[in-house]
Amino acid sequence: MPVKGQTASGPLLAVSNLTKLFGSFAACNAINLQIEPGEIHALLGENGAGKSTLVKMLFGVLAPTAGEIAWQGEPVRVASPSDARKLGIGMVFQHFSLFEALTVAENIALSMDRNVSLARVADEASRLSHAYGLPLDPKAHVADLSVGERQRIEIVRALLQNPQLIILDEPTSVLTPQEADRLFETLQKLKAEGRSVLYISHRLEEVQRICDRATVLRHGRVTGACDPRAETPASLARMMVGSDVAPVTPEGTNIKGDVQLEARHLSVPARTPFAVSLKNICLKVRAGEVLAIAGVAGNGQSELFDALSGEYPVADDNAVQIRQRPVGTRNINARRLMGAGFVPEERHGHAAVAALSLSDNLVLARSQSDKRAFLGGGFLKIIRQSAVKAATRRISEAMDVRKSGEDPPAGSLSGGNLQKFIVGRELDRQPSVLVVNQPTWGVDAGAASRIRQALVDLAKAGSAVLVISQDLDEIFEVATEIAVISEGRLSDPYPAWELSREKIGLLMGGMYAKTEGAGAAHAH
Amino acid sequence: MRIELEKRAQVSALFSILSPFIAFALTMIFGGIMFALLGKNPAIALYSFFVEPLSEVWSLHELAIKAAPLILIGVGLSVCFRSNNWNIGAEGQFIMGAIAGSILPVVFYDWQSPMVLPMMMVLGMLGGALFAAIPAFLKAHMNTNEILTSLMLVYVAQLFLDWIVRGPWRNPQGMNFPETRTFAADAILPEMLASGRTHWGFGFAIIAAVLVWFMMRYTLRGFEITVLGQSARAGRFAGFSSRKMIWFSMLFSGALAGLAGIAEVSGAIQQLRPVISPGYGFTAIIVAFLGRLNPLGIIAAGLVLALTYLGGEAAQLSIGVSEKVTRVFQGLLLFFVLSCDTLIHYRIRLVWERLAAIKTDGSH
Repeated sequence: MPVKGQTASGPLLAVSNLTKLFGSFAACNAINLQIEPGEIHALLGENGAGKSTLVKMLFGVLAPTAGEIAWQGEPVRVASPSDARKLGIGMVFQHFSLFEALTVAENIALSMDRNVSLARVADEASRLSHAYGLPLDPKAHVADLSVGERQRIEIVRALLQNPQLIILDEPTSVLTPQEADRLFETLQKLKAEGRSVLYISHRLEEVQRICDRATVLRHGRVTGACDPRAETPASLARMMVGSDVAPVTPEGTNIKGDVQLEARHLSVPARTPFAVSLKNICLKVRAGEVLAIAGVAGNGQSELFDALSGEYPVADDNAVQIRQRPVGTRNINARRLMGAGFVPEERHGHAAVAALSLSDNLVLARSQSDKRAFLGGGFLKIIRQSAVKAATRRISEAMDVRKSGEDPPAGSLSGGNLQKFIVGRELDRQPSVLVVNQPTWGVDAGAASRIRQALVDLAKAGSAVLVISQDLDEIFEVATEIAVISEGRLSDPYPAWELSREKIGLLMGGMYAKTEGAGAAHAH
Repeated sequence: MRIELEKRAQVSALFSILSPFIAFALTMIFGGIMFALLGKNPAIALYSFFVEPLSEVWSLHELAIKAAPLILIGVGLSVCFRSNNWNIGAEGQFIMGAIAGSILPVVFYDWQSPMVLPMMMVLGMLGGALFAAIPAFLKAHMNTNEILTSLMLVYVAQLFLDWIVRGPWRNPQGMNFPETRTFAADAILPEMLASGRTHWGFGFAIIAAVLVWFMMRYTLRGFEITVLGQSARAGRFAGFSSRKMIWFSMLFSGALAGLAGIAEVSGAIQQLRPVISPGYGFTAIIVAFLGRLNPLGIIAAGLVLALTYLGGEAAQLSIGVSEKVTRVFQGLLLFFVLSCDTLIHYRIRLVWERLAAIKTDGSH
């Protein structure tokens, strides 16, 4: 299929000073980006770097606060995805929007702006999919297809619009290596036809393998534009995670005790198509230690939390050990009764219920571990409001939780204050093991430092603390040991003082054992 | 143009309380318009529908008899709905409870004992709970939609009742009428008050409402129901099981619907017939929502909906409109209750700009 109306010799897409503010927070700050015709352009960055916000503006999902988008030299306003498609921009999202009960052809027809007969859609889709090496049966039901095949539908759907620029958001995050190889061949074909591809990823190896140019984002700003093949993974990683802050060395006052939390060859299959399977994870946290697990979101962090907390017990009882006793098959409350406390990532709807009061949210986590104090009336299990309210007051004072009124709904607190309460709810029990997932995600700086201090203090007092975090600053502030999770595998732990940001960046990109020196960069 | 529902930042406490009353007032207004269109004087029609039935002692007893199953079922459903399980098949569980409870007086009619009545009540609850166990099992283990399965099972129950009273359980001395034997004295639920027909079903309803209110307000079980209804994930974090809650809430509401069924048959009808319910199980859904899923509110709501049944009968006699008017009123009431609730949480916004933007940009 020839590319329509390719005339200008300038860049296909030029973005200048593109800015998106959410309140006072700049998700994208004066971004400049140019995509040439016929190139595969990588957009690199950590989670929260602003990659998704940027492409959403390019595809008309979000409206920019300031800045310009020029398409083939002409300034344009992209007000909706259908505008973007008319210009010639196609997008394949990370999470698919497909109806499982419908066939491939029906799903494709649904996304067409024009009315076309189903038979024609099927013919066209089948022809295109074979031409690009993405074989698809138009009559197959989506429910029966693998994740890789579902992605092909999305790609074919984008190709049917004959786009000149295709945006792919983390396309390989759901693919097997073999499926990824096929995808790369398809991208090369598209490139050979003179189409451009904007390829969003945080995987350094892939980017070096297939991309002609790369733009690196960090904290909403462009921190580098380069030819990835001329860079080393180390220099790419440095651009991605930044190296402006020196590593913090621990004070060395922690006295290490026995192993309190352990995972022994913990493997968990993925529960849903979008979940990550955990592969042979081994970790040990001693009393007095803070083990931090770094990694880009979606590499198995929440799955690891679920397995350690017992929200989803695992099949092998020995795979998880709390205070040197096997608990793999035990539920979350059994683990709490053994002295463990848990803080999940999501505040609303997981760690807390927004519509319920703070005191009810205290009962949420501690109805079993504190049943002597909180429950009365024998088998009736009447909640002792006075005891619960007193504990709520105690926690609010200890963690300096600012709230309106005595016992307001959890949803009325700011993120930082609610998080302080949720962390304080566990600290109040003085747990000997604490597992925290993203302790300060979306929390203001004051609350964040308070929470981090509390975690450090808890370890100093002799508890074992496991912190899962994407925030490297946070990790260096609290950790005594650091390991990195990538694609459901956990690296060996390193003492915090031994690791540089650069090395963590490499481990996050999934480059194990090749992390020393630049020579190992070219994986193929 | 497009209509958007925008979530309100603050939910008005005043309007949360007023909402059922506003809904009731709107129902009156639209009911009046309907009567006017039917060529009746709206004032007289509404009077005979909603006021006349309250003016005499015997009709107050009728009101209590009709309210009893509505409250009993509605209280059970409130537990179900609060835990985010949508049992729409209470009508079927009502019927199966009535059939199960009638085993003693119909099949073992010779056996006379003071134990008969309590055992009938227990069997009724078992029957309703077991019938509700079908959608519970399908949802908990097969991930089916309980709204559909519980609803479809209503027709199964209705046809089963129809078959059993025409076939195996037909009264041999009944001159081929499709009815079972009339129950013996030991199998009849006694009257509560000296002044009239109100049987103990109404007592059960009030007791159930108060107990469930206590459970929801003070106990860990009530807390578990609330948490799982708000967020299954938070419930899992608390160590509560959504799957067990499906079983508990479905069996609980099924048991109360079954108790309502056997109480109705044993107290009011005193035999099984092809039809034993004017749709109590469905009307109880309206009762539960009109009572804001609060067991004490459900007592009041049950009385109001019972009035629509009585009013329908009264209006049929006095002004000659179809008793289907009852259904219309119930439908109006549910519609207005749900829309008032929606408007408390959301504001309506008409959106024009988006379309205009596409038009201007589409030109180049």
